Amino acid sequence: MIRFDAVTKEFPDGTVAVDDLTLTAPTGKITVLVGPSGCGKTTSLRMVNRMIEPTRGSISLDGQDTGRMDQAELRRGIGYVIQHAGLFPHRTVLDNIGTVPRLLGWDRKKIRERSSELLERVGLEAHLGERYPSQLSGGQQQRVGVARALAADPPVMLMDEPFSAVDPIVREQLQDEFLRLQDELGKTIVFVTHDIDEAIKLGDQVAVLRVGGTLAQVAEPAYLLAHPADDFVADFVGRDRGYRALQFQETPRLPLRPERCVVLGERPEGRGSTWLLVVDDDRKPLGWVEPARVGDRAVEDADLHRGGTVARAGGTLRGALDAALSSPSRRGVVVDDSGTLVGTVMAHEVLSAIEDTDRPERDEGDPVRGGAVTVAGDEA
Amino acid sequence: MDWLASNWRTVGELTLSHLYLAGVPLLLGLALSVPLGWTAKRWRGSYAAVVTSTGLLYTIPSLALFVIMPLVLGTKILDPVNVLVAMTIYTVALLTRTVADGLMSVPDHVEQAATAMGYGGLRRLFGVELPLAVPVIAAGLRVAAVSNVSIVSIASVIGVSQLGDLLLDGYRRIIWGELLTGIVATLLLALLLDAVIQLGSRALTPWQRVAGGRP
Repeated sequence: MIRFDAVTKEFPDGTVAVDDLTLTAPTGKITVLVGPSGCGKTTSLRMVNRMIEPTRGSISLDGQDTGRMDQAELRRGIGYVIQHAGLFPHRTVLDNIGTVPRLLGWDRKKIRERSSELLERVGLEAHLGERYPSQLSGGQQQRVGVARALAADPPVMLMDEPFSAVDPIVREQLQDEFLRLQDELGKTIVFVTHDIDEAIKLGDQVAVLRVGGTLAQVAEPAYLLAHPADDFVADFVGRDRGYRALQFQETPRLPLRPERCVVLGERPEGRGSTWLLVVDDDRKPLGWVEPARVGDRAVEDADLHRGGTVARAGGTLRGALDAALSSPSRRGVVVDDSGTLVGTVMAHEVLSAIEDTDRPERDEGDPVRGGAVTVAGDEA
Repeated sequence: MDWLASNWRTVGELTLSHLYLAGVPLLLGLALSVPLGWTAKRWRGSYAAVVTSTGLLYTIPSLALFVIMPLVLGTKILDPVNVLVAMTIYTVALLTRTVADGLMSVPDHVEQAATAMGYGGLRRLFGVELPLAVPVIAAGLRVAAVSNVSIVSIASVIGVSQLGDLLLDGYRRIIWGELLTGIVATLLLALLLDAVIQLGSRALTPWQRVAGGRP
């Protein structure tokens, strides 16, 4: 557990970067600090491993005041990932990963084994271990950055916009894998981002900071979207927050309809319907096709309309609605966990399911259960 | 050619002492420039003072410096140590700025990562900053090497022998073979040192050659 206790940071030039911040990052959870530039999120993060010293207040790690700990020792116990990965250009990937173990004086063989294990864990092939960082793509470098932070198995990780310098597709992959990794590892993570979507996707709890370094609100993502504390938070979480909040609502039983399909490489039967769903031999959906355009020949790969997204049965309402909205036939494709077609759903059916579901409500006046989060100085 | 054929032994000896008088100060100067450059980087306020004051040393005429040395060091006038120290001063003058700039060329995010992982003091200097500054420092070292090989010839005037002797003697007695040998030998020596530094730099920076090799 990381606890900020009335922490203030005032720089020598008089700028107050963080103002009386009291916040707890619970053990094993991801706490996201989010806010516009100048809200003190990075400063707050760097005060945890004392790259910046607080002017007033204290930060404790599992009850121990970090201000009293040896600086280098404290830092070696905290994993740190930054925007451009910050890899050492003169060291191979494996040597980069083994940095902290080397500083801790592990023996060579153990460092080597641990580094290789982590390389695999973050989804990189073994042969990349002997490369230099400049030979990797941005996304790969970022994975190495995460592996390096994990090397000495620190209980705490600080992540400063680690995924914001890569392209959107890679970013999404990295986010997904990061969540999968966190599922296995259960680290106490403080994550800084300026991207509210990322905050909502990754955070177990999200702390919204405003310019000047005051805490505007801290809550679980679903709660934040449903009940922004004030106009600033409402504005910051964005106009389409109603839609985005759907991603936290498990799909109730949707009335799925059976869908007539055609297997790729076969001739479509009948010409009645305007759009036909094309599947592969395992009934995995591939895309939509207009029978009129295909005529009497077999459906080819080039005929496919791939615009529609695919929702997972038991997934979120957002996924189901998006599948319906993005489908050219207006019928959203729903698959099971193995990706096999279960049926389709129409947008109005998802909407009536939404209307039957409750919005997340305030739970005993405290957004995060167990009293883990307290917001001081925010009563006004 | 005739001249060289009958004097090759002397030329060999002079070349060796030329290499010694120019090369050893290069290493000493580098060793001194590292702490100076590091200071200039560590305390940014001192950068201008350190870099400018060391840089100014280079403007002292070499003959003057050679002559002053015995007074400062209390050595004999013909002692080669005078030359070694003077050449070291010139090396420091050229390298301090290079080392400071080299250390400052380390990307910010790399510095940050090093700090966050608990790198401190000397470990950080030798483990992260200096290795990354090698390309910049090597470039400065090449300039200093050529400069040393050239300046050290003047030491003949104060009686410390090296290839400069050939130039001085050849000029006095108008022996073209000797003059030419002196010039060519000095040139070859400068090229040799330059090549050694380049090879050393390449050996220390394998990561530089792969950059851009593949995405």
